[in-house]
Amino acid sequence: MPEAGTAHQFETLEQQRDADLLGMWTFLATEVMFFGGLIMCYTFARFSYPSAFESASHRLYVAYGGTNTAILLCSSFTMALAVRAAQMGRRKPLIGLLLATILFGLAFLTVKGFEYHTDYVEHLVPRWNFRWEGSDGRQAEIFFWLYFILTMLHALHVAIGIGILAIMAVLAWRGRIREGSDIPFEISGLYWHFVDIVWVFLFPLLYLVGHR
Amino acid sequence: MIQPPRIYIGTFLALIALLGATIVAGYIDLGQLNLPIAMSISIAKTLLIMLFFMHVWHGSRLTWIVAGAGFFWLMMLLALAMTDYATRHWTPVTPF
Repeated sequence: MPEAGTAHQFETLEQQRDADLLGMWTFLATEVMFFGGLIMCYTFARFSYPSAFESASHRLYVAYGGTNTAILLCSSFTMALAVRAAQMGRRKPLIGLLLATILFGLAFLTVKGFEYHTDYVEHLVPRWNFRWEGSDGRQAEIFFWLYFILTMLHALHVAIGIGILAIMAVLAWRGRIREGSDIPFEISGLYWHFVDIVWVFLFPLLYLVGHR
Repeated sequence: MIQPPRIYIGTFLALIALLGATIVAGYIDLGQLNLPIAMSISIAKTLLIMLFFMHVWHGSRLTWIVAGAGFFWLMMLLALAMTDYATRHWTPVTPF
């Protein structure tokens, strides 16, 4: 007879928990490959055009990237505490911390939006309005292609994460927390932390090429 | 296993300190060392997030393997591809 609270294919909560976690970690490994292809493009292009990448990178503002890094680190902190609240079965702190994490995520996207606007005004959007004074214009344009693709793909992940956390907050609000039910929160947290880790690499790779 | 809050607070403070270190290092001319130092700090941050926020520290061995596998394959991709690109000019290509 399976334990209470388990799906029918599992015998025990422990087994279900391990399977759920393994599934998420496997998905995250495929996400590493997904971003990895672009990181490979970036590595090759930077290796081929080091000076163009340096001057292109210096057109970005460290204040934007740094602020966003801090925001995401804060969001990971509140997310970790939210998972802890779920583990302890404390609903109100759980909901509050999930909402805080969502707000940090929205703040990240807002800063990113302002940054994209600045990039547009400064004629840094490839194909659209790219204008480059000085040499290596085409190579600099490659940097900005990678910058936009990587950051937009990352922003998409943040947006999906916000959606997941919103659903989790609703579930918590409806009171669907019982033994073993902290796992959906743990798994959502894994996804959120992964998105944070991606940014931890994107920040120095895009904003801090060479030295400023 | 429920962790005490100090684990999370300590991890968070270390992450913010490392962010500061990344930015400071980004403004210092270290020549060829800028990239390795920036990447080392990013890896340190990643380890902190994975071990304590993502609970790998207390995770099963399977979690350790799968979490490590993603990173390992990424390193394979970068290392093998770059050994090709970085050494192409060593021998001039002669057309058939």
